[in-house]
Amino acid sequence: MSAPRTVPALGRVRTAALPTVAERVLPSGLRVVAVRRPSVPVVHLRLRIPTALRRGTDLARVRLLERTMLLGTADRSQAELAEALQRVGGSMRVSSDSDRLLVAAESLAGGLPALLGLLADVLTGAAYPRAQVEGEAARLADQTRRVLSQPGVVADEAWLAQAFGAHPYGREYPSPDELLAVSPGTLRSAHRRRIVPEGSLLVLVGDLSPARVLDRVQKELAGWDTDGGPSQVPKVPAIEPGPLVLVDRPGAVQSNLRLGGPALARTDPDYAAQELANALFGGYFSSRLVMNIREDKGYTYSPHSSVQQGSRASFLFLQADVATEVTAPALVEVGYELGRLVTLAPGKDEVADTAQYLVGALALATSTQAGLVGALTGLLADGLDVSWLREYPRRLLAVTPEDVLSVSQRVLAPAGMVTTVVGDASSVEGPLSALGEVARA
Amino acid sequence: MPQTAVAAVPTTAVAVPATSYAVERSTLANGLRVVVTPDRSSPVVAVAVYYDVGIRSEPEGRTGFAHLFEHLMFQGSASLQKMEHVKYVQASGGTLNGSTRMDYTNYYEALPSHALERALFLEADRMHSPRVTEENLANQIAVVKEEIRVNVLNQPYGGFPWLTLPPVLFDTFPNAHNGYGGFEDLESATVADAQDFFDRYYAPGNAVLAIGGDLDVAEAMALVERHFGDVPSRAVPPRPDFDEAPPATERRAEQVDPQAPAPAVALGWRVPDPADLDAYLPFVVLTSALTTGDASRLRRRLVHEDRLATDVGSHLGLMEDPFDVRNPTALILEAHHGADVTGDRVVTAVDEELDRLATDGLDTGELERVQARLGSALVQGQDHVLGRVLSMAVFEQQRGRAELVGELPALLGEVDGGQVQAAAAALRPQSRARLDVVAGGR
Repeated sequence: MSAPRTVPALGRVRTAALPTVAERVLPSGLRVVAVRRPSVPVVHLRLRIPTALRRGTDLARVRLLERTMLLGTADRSQAELAEALQRVGGSMRVSSDSDRLLVAAESLAGGLPALLGLLADVLTGAAYPRAQVEGEAARLADQTRRVLSQPGVVADEAWLAQAFGAHPYGREYPSPDELLAVSPGTLRSAHRRRIVPEGSLLVLVGDLSPARVLDRVQKELAGWDTDGGPSQVPKVPAIEPGPLVLVDRPGAVQSNLRLGGPALARTDPDYAAQELANALFGGYFSSRLVMNIREDKGYTYSPHSSVQQGSRASFLFLQADVATEVTAPALVEVGYELGRLVTLAPGKDEVADTAQYLVGALALATSTQAGLVGALTGLLADGLDVSWLREYPRRLLAVTPEDVLSVSQRVLAPAGMVTTVVGDASSVEGPLSALGEVARA
Repeated sequence: MPQTAVAAVPTTAVAVPATSYAVERSTLANGLRVVVTPDRSSPVVAVAVYYDVGIRSEPEGRTGFAHLFEHLMFQGSASLQKMEHVKYVQASGGTLNGSTRMDYTNYYEALPSHALERALFLEADRMHSPRVTEENLANQIAVVKEEIRVNVLNQPYGGFPWLTLPPVLFDTFPNAHNGYGGFEDLESATVADAQDFFDRYYAPGNAVLAIGGDLDVAEAMALVERHFGDVPSRAVPPRPDFDEAPPATERRAEQVDPQAPAPAVALGWRVPDPADLDAYLPFVVLTSALTTGDASRLRRRLVHEDRLATDVGSHLGLMEDPFDVRNPTALILEAHHGADVTGDRVVTAVDEELDRLATDGLDTGELERVQARLGSALVQGQDHVLGRVLSMAVFEQQRGRAELVGELPALLGEVDGGQVQAAAAALRPQSRARLDVVAGGR
């Protein structure tokens, strides 16, 4: 082994220039934002439509809407639409969550006018042909059965149900039966009511000329003028901590631990301190939780905590998949790390290192066209603007150990958390019961 | 009628613009090959070290060792205690990881550009000597076992098909064995094994260092010399030829999966040596024509028209890495289907579509749109400095040509319809391996 050497100091910091944003609100109410980033000859777009789930039956409808929007239009079959996308070196995808529907697409720069034409065709002419919708519903039902056979997904769903109950935030997957019960007619009317420009946001980033693109979007999307506006999920009930909820998975060789509780929104003045507290707890590889239950104890491969943002509620969420025989010991360590954070201020260096990590992660995430378009769409949808990319790093670097302690007491207190476990109940229920009350799901 | 929108969409494919990246290369006295590619558009850099050893080089009785060793390379080194490497990268604002593939093991980080020298120091320090102890080894064996449980043992379709198809398709241990490793093999690994593995395979002459992003080439080369120049030169192991004869008749096996709710089937065929791009690239185009997007042949036929499958995909390389493997490798096709459809019906439809393509060739305009989509995806992959640097490192290591990162879209554009037709004709039932997942699902 060679002699130890000194780790080199960091060089002079270079900061990325803030992107120049061109913006226009179309007569239809659609807000369009374009940013030139010609790093590769490609353009990415995101269309965010703030249409929310209001009641239980909405979930299956919107998930199927998302899956059937590209099945063809008045003018094009599904295959013709897909071929046209290929010809511009592009693709188009639709996804949704409880708060919004998102159309994501990209093409080679030279194909952008065509891509916008195809987007307009889908927005104004999606046909929802009966036979294909039925086929797609059956397919999505099969895929959902497959997804729900994954223990990690079962655990996420169990936690959401426990935390949010019947509120739309309480689950991400409709049942196969719910999907099979949705009719094509329902989808056509859902499209008319939900896919509207008022309140929607279209962001384009890439090898483009912003002024020309705004004109082009205005021309291509002129026909998308359906009346209506955004919607919001109902008010979110308070998360009530209760006994640990255990979902039995007989014979499982691992247990999926899920813990979490209410958190602050991105617009909250203490958001930076919260993000730092979350990261320091379990949000990155150097975090206390990874050091403890992975690098010291070897209980798990990839424990992770994150702050999940919804339009009407945010929550802090910890996922850790641990060996069956150490399920209770792992939970003890999680409680220990949470308890430590809410009773003792972290060290200055630990806070500074974590802030540097988060600043760098933001710079890396916005260094590509695809990363920037996603980050900008999220920012603008939250009512912030592009200057956040410059200001937020400063806020992170200004967070003190006392700030972390104080925000941790609000969002990381174990007493306020909902806990669920998916695992082999015959092995883990006894040890878990020794720690506190356990309820079977 | 949205007539204007329809008129705006061209009927010919958009040409993929050429991208090119400057590459400077150098070889240090100890044999380390270095490639540097500057790009000052964002204040970020990426550093990657590729060691020319992977799953195929593991000795019998030591399955999973290449991957376990990758974990050990994060456990401290000549000047650093356990976890210090990770903490220095992340406290500099960087992200990092490593991976173990069939033919290489890589280590990489992306960081703000002011951390370039630190990243080079950290990689050099573990190239000098990793710090493997009994305690760290036991800890990482436990972590790797949890990784295998979360990705394979406690997961429906775990290891399908990347771990479960190779023993059907291949005969020899290097190509057929489980690269994640059996628990018995992992548990019997020793510190001495790790030292031997390092001594044998982690010589500077067996590695490529790639650096890219916001940097000055001359300064970067000087930093490389400063930190890597005194890593002692060691013998470079000869790289074995892992080639073996392809199947002469169809081979079949079943994977009984009590956690899976529905069946699935995977097919694997040997393909030409990836070193021969002229012979290999038509198969890249073929996989895209077969299964990329809703206009692709198998998605159309199996998923949308006949509804035999809920999903179908195809790719080159068991780890879905068409340009990261050497010979021998395979084209893999996999489909998930309902219990009411037999695997035979799915496979028959695949064979019919391959026959149709082999007999009639591609449709008018099909080749061009497939090439536009493929080229666009490659260009998009170059946008991230880390993606670009990783590609350059492996192209340099396996082909001596980092510049391929910019050249590949044009090379794929030169593939003609006749070559794709011939590639489809090569995928015969008698030369493939077939693996069916038997669902016992809950």
